[in-house]
Amino acid sequence: MKILKIFIILLLSLGFSHLKSDEKNDELKSKILKNIRCLICQGQSVYDSESDFASSVKLIVDKKINDGSKEHEIYDFLREKYGDWIIYDPQLNKNTYILWLLPLLLFLAGGAIIQKKLKNEK
Amino acid sequence: MKNKFSIFVIVVFLSFCFVIFYKGLNTQNNYTPKINEKENIPTFKAKNFVSDNYINSDKIFEENIFYIVNIWASWCVPCRAEHPLLMQLSKNQSAKLIGLNYRDNLDNAKKFINEFGNPYSQIIIDNDGTLSVEFGAYGVPETFLINKNNKIIKKYIGPINKEIVEEIKLIIK
Repeated sequence: MKILKIFIILLLSLGFSHLKSDEKNDELKSKILKNIRCLICQGQSVYDSESDFASSVKLIVDKKINDGSKEHEIYDFLREKYGDWIIYDPQLNKNTYILWLLPLLLFLAGGAIIQKKLKNEK
Repeated sequence: MKNKFSIFVIVVFLSFCFVIFYKGLNTQNNYTPKINEKENIPTFKAKNFVSDNYINSDKIFEENIFYIVNIWASWCVPCRAEHPLLMQLSKNQSAKLIGLNYRDNLDNAKKFINEFGNPYSQIIIDNDGTLSVEFGAYGVPETFLINKNNKIIKKYIGPINKEIVEEIKLIIK
């Protein structure tokens, strides 16, 4: 009887751990799909889109996650095929450095102006 | 002096905005992915259109010649428009045409080939569209030119036209 109980507990815990990993994969999948731009209905993410292209990409992402690919590996794969534009979150490179640095420059310029004004008031 | 400087800054800022928006008017809103120069063809296993057997990509692209991969479907209207040009291209001995049947009904696809002719030396089936994504395609029709080193050197989005056929002929000559 005791052995049976242990067996059931083990079985249940194994079952739940499997469920947990599935949930994790689903979360990762939706996170990735929300960050991929649909090239057919531009302006929508693959996650939201029902186009043929989006459903194929969903299958590919699902397969790659199940094969153990990391998030950045999936993005790299898509970038290689379709270019940087397919990912909503742009990487820092020679085409996007203005995009990344401009807010910082504006912030610094704003700070300098405020500091100058404060100094003048004193 | 200070006032003049402020006006100068405002004018420069407005001119900058004007140039950005004016340039934006002339650029296309729709993004078309650029071909990654000399990208290797994907390795895959696909179902053969005629025999129902699975075939490996290295068996398809085993000869030391140019290959033209054309993604098509019987439901795709532009595919009908480009089909006579593909028939013309298939007569060229320097390249082999591979058809990739995209998300199609097999009976309809067979009817299409029987009706318009078969320009392809081999047709493989891509039922779920994943193989097309591996090639870097996002719709039908799309055509890829593959060189003797099995690298994709040209990608044509949409139906091919006479100019594209001439360009392909020039490359594979």
